[in-house]
Amino acid sequence: MSDITKQSLSELVKNIKDKKLSSEEVTRAFIDRSEKSKELNTYITEDYSSALNKAKKFDQKPNLELKLPGIPMAVKDLFCTKDIRTTAGSKILGNFVPTYESTVTQNIWNEGAILLGKLNCDEFAMGSSNETSFFGNVQNPIDKNLVPGGSSGGSASAVAGQLTPITIGTDTGGSIRQPASFTGTVGLKPTYGSCSRYGIVAFASSLDQAGPMAQNVKDCALLQEVISTYDSKDSTSIDFKRNNYSKELTNNIKGKKVGIPKEYRVDGMPKEIDELWQKGIQYVKDCGAEIFDISLPHTSYALPTYYIVAPAEASSNLARYDGVKYGFRAKGENLIDMYEKTRSEGFGAEVQRRIMIGTYVLSSGYYDAYYLKAQKVRKLIKNDFDEAYKKVDAILTPSTPSSAFKIGEKKDDPVSMYLNDIFTVPVNLAGLPGISIPAGHDANGYPLGLQIIGKAFDEQNILNIAYAMEEKINFKNKITDWWIK
Amino acid sequence: MSKNKSQYLIDRKDNQYEVVIGLEVHAQVTSESKLFSTSATKFGAEPNTQVSLVDAAFPGMLPVINEFCVKQAIKTGIGLKAKINNRSVFDRKNYFYADLPQGYQISQFKDPIVGEGKIILDMPDGQKEVGIERLHLEQDAGKSIHDLDPQNTFVDLNRSGVALMEIVSKPDLRSPDEVSAYIKKLRSIMRYLGTCDGNMQEGSLRADVNVSVRTKGSKDLGTRCEIKNVNSIKFMQMAIDYEANRQVDLIEEGKSIDQETRLFDTKKNETRSMRSKEDAHDYRYFPDPDLLPLEVSDEFIEKLKTDIPELPDDKKKRFIDEFKLSSYEATILVSDIDTAKYFEEVVAKMGKNKDIKLAVNWITGELFALLNSKNLEISQSPISAKNLSILINLIKNGTISGKIAKTVFELMIEGDKDPQIIVEEKGLKQQSDPKALEALIDKIINDNREKAIEYKQGKEKLFGFFVGQAMKASGGKANPQLINQILKKKL
Repeated sequence: MSDITKQSLSELVKNIKDKKLSSEEVTRAFIDRSEKSKELNTYITEDYSSALNKAKKFDQKPNLELKLPGIPMAVKDLFCTKDIRTTAGSKILGNFVPTYESTVTQNIWNEGAILLGKLNCDEFAMGSSNETSFFGNVQNPIDKNLVPGGSSGGSASAVAGQLTPITIGTDTGGSIRQPASFTGTVGLKPTYGSCSRYGIVAFASSLDQAGPMAQNVKDCALLQEVISTYDSKDSTSIDFKRNNYSKELTNNIKGKKVGIPKEYRVDGMPKEIDELWQKGIQYVKDCGAEIFDISLPHTSYALPTYYIVAPAEASSNLARYDGVKYGFRAKGENLIDMYEKTRSEGFGAEVQRRIMIGTYVLSSGYYDAYYLKAQKVRKLIKNDFDEAYKKVDAILTPSTPSSAFKIGEKKDDPVSMYLNDIFTVPVNLAGLPGISIPAGHDANGYPLGLQIIGKAFDEQNILNIAYAMEEKINFKNKITDWWIK
Repeated sequence: MSKNKSQYLIDRKDNQYEVVIGLEVHAQVTSESKLFSTSATKFGAEPNTQVSLVDAAFPGMLPVINEFCVKQAIKTGIGLKAKINNRSVFDRKNYFYADLPQGYQISQFKDPIVGEGKIILDMPDGQKEVGIERLHLEQDAGKSIHDLDPQNTFVDLNRSGVALMEIVSKPDLRSPDEVSAYIKKLRSIMRYLGTCDGNMQEGSLRADVNVSVRTKGSKDLGTRCEIKNVNSIKFMQMAIDYEANRQVDLIEEGKSIDQETRLFDTKKNETRSMRSKEDAHDYRYFPDPDLLPLEVSDEFIEKLKTDIPELPDDKKKRFIDEFKLSSYEATILVSDIDTAKYFEEVVAKMGKNKDIKLAVNWITGELFALLNSKNLEISQSPISAKNLSILINLIKNGTISGKIAKTVFELMIEGDKDPQIIVEEKGLKQQSDPKALEALIDKIINDNREKAIEYKQGKEKLFGFFVGQAMKASGGKANPQLINQILKKKL
């Protein structure tokens, strides 16, 4: 069955439940394809033999009531996995093997899924192209030498390249939605507090959120249903009524009000992005929803606000990587010298840049001017959305200001790199759910995504809108398997 | 020194200086588990046996507030008559050190859980009120051990994450004696509340001491120095004395005082500069994004108020009113919760016809002396409150004399024996039969006729001789009052 890896999650689940496929067959198929796909560099750590054993074990006594029965999947290497190395894409955690499991991955295994391995990502999830990973660039299956986006670049690439049927990423400023957009896949960033942060290597605690990445909206809904649970081990986890997102999924969005924020029409935005957006508006209308012009007046401040808040939290969150307790340690003359050498050698340039920015904006004398002001602006950005949601149920925007770019193209220009997140960061700052769905191609045939932003805890609504649009768009990803010799 | 005993002033040839002191006390919250993790907090455990993944700051680990510690802090706030804040915020205090696994300490910076309060001190010349600025919750750090290996430092994380209350006083203290009284009173209140055991040897209570000096009568505050982490009252007093004199000397020499952090060297009895203001850490405080602001409702606080036991000030007032104790006696008995408990148990067990004065004397006299000599706390007293109450009643009802009681008391120590049994077994019961005593005295007068005559001729001092003889003849058991009466009659 050579087309196993082409099947969606929903198809695989059905085939396993109907006993048309065994977990072992499915697992072996994804391992085989992953083995042939080393050039994509999606995996940091493979766990294939253990996965096969688990699959065999599953097949011996299959529990077909589970939501992910015997489904193999690889996950972003930011989730701590018990007894499996977890690096966060960094040298400083290059040898770190957790003795514990993140809540989100535990939820997945509890539903019968099987770990294939750990997927590449930007170092500590800081990047928009997967180029900051200590473990090297990830290739976008769309084209050679194209970035898959970041920070969940390995995850996006693995889903698009069919090395895993689904995956999970994390999204602090767009790290699920932007790579989904760059690879022609679907990625959901849930409401802040929907998925537990317990066991996820922290980047910026007030923004980080795990979420599903898949080939289609339905798969995405199913995985969201599995990973989103209230968790008392995370004080910011929120106890709200969670839907059975996949069961309640509907393409009937008649009468839904969708807002189009004028501030997202940014200067220098490529014409093809604007056209995509217009097409998206038409699809929404075709589905029976209504379109409203709205204003999110503080949008232009979102990016600078984000690049103060996120580095500030990161500078503190990453202080624990000091060579004392675990992970990489460089030899030093004394404690301070050891710290300096460990952190200079253990962290890459982008991480060091953000630690420095974060340390600076929190310093006495600059705190009020940067961090405190950024917090105030963050509140205003949230207020913008609150106002808008008095009029509309969801908001439609492009996911990114451009399609995927070439590896190396923006590496030495951090500001241009940061601009990639311009449409995604306001959503994190406001703690809202957002989903990116593939909606078209640019002149090169590279995928382009549209983003639907929802009200807090209203994942179901944006999944429904995405589901309805998906049907109309009928997007086909152009995967040529160029990397398979 | 000034004439007024309680006033602590430093004299130099032309000037008199006053010392201004404020304390930041770090009190370990009495709690089974840590502030943000479920690890145990037992003192003296093997190194690194009470450390969770959260305490050791493993990747992806998150703090979860321990509600019990929050209750303890609020109760302490109530005990300090302080404002309890409905909303407080945990901040991160960022700095690098080997025994600080997170690279930051979770503390409360701008919005503490408890605001302004006060403590009343009983000083020899009256009461003094000391203001409390705030109380906040924070994590303790681990411990660096430098002396186990010549090359390496070892780190013990058992303390890492243990809940501390930092209690900041206003700069209201004026002498080492007031500092001593303040620490004792604060400790007493927390021990009554069960929120901190106050054990300074185990590090459950330690303080940073802020000292400045100014010429007497001045209203301005001088430049202060902070003496870090002093862990006994005696050392605090010594450090203040040294530091205040050091500052006065500098002023007298026309030099200025640098605001700095200093350490007290207990061996040399001096304070030493640790770091200047310029070298002060920039802690980059900011609200911890892993924790939501801590919200406590008025109902929650009111409910805790119903849990508050009678505190030392109220207990003292009641002892004075109910038992007619002097203020001095009451102060001694309430200062420590275990002493107060012991005293109240003795009183309760004495029954109806009780002699409270006698009980106070025996507790503060014989019992305290015994505990001192054996270096025991009253909670470890070898003589139970019940048996002491029986002994006191035996004196009160004339079964034994006070003198015999002291012998009985000694015999009670071993095995907490019932004094009634001791009196029975040793035949120590007081002789109060007037006929028997008369016969005994007749014999003594007969045997000492010459002395009896001398007495009658006016040598009154000899009365004591006869009393002594009578006591001796009775083996110390004769009722002294009766002996006196009979002797007066017969001589």
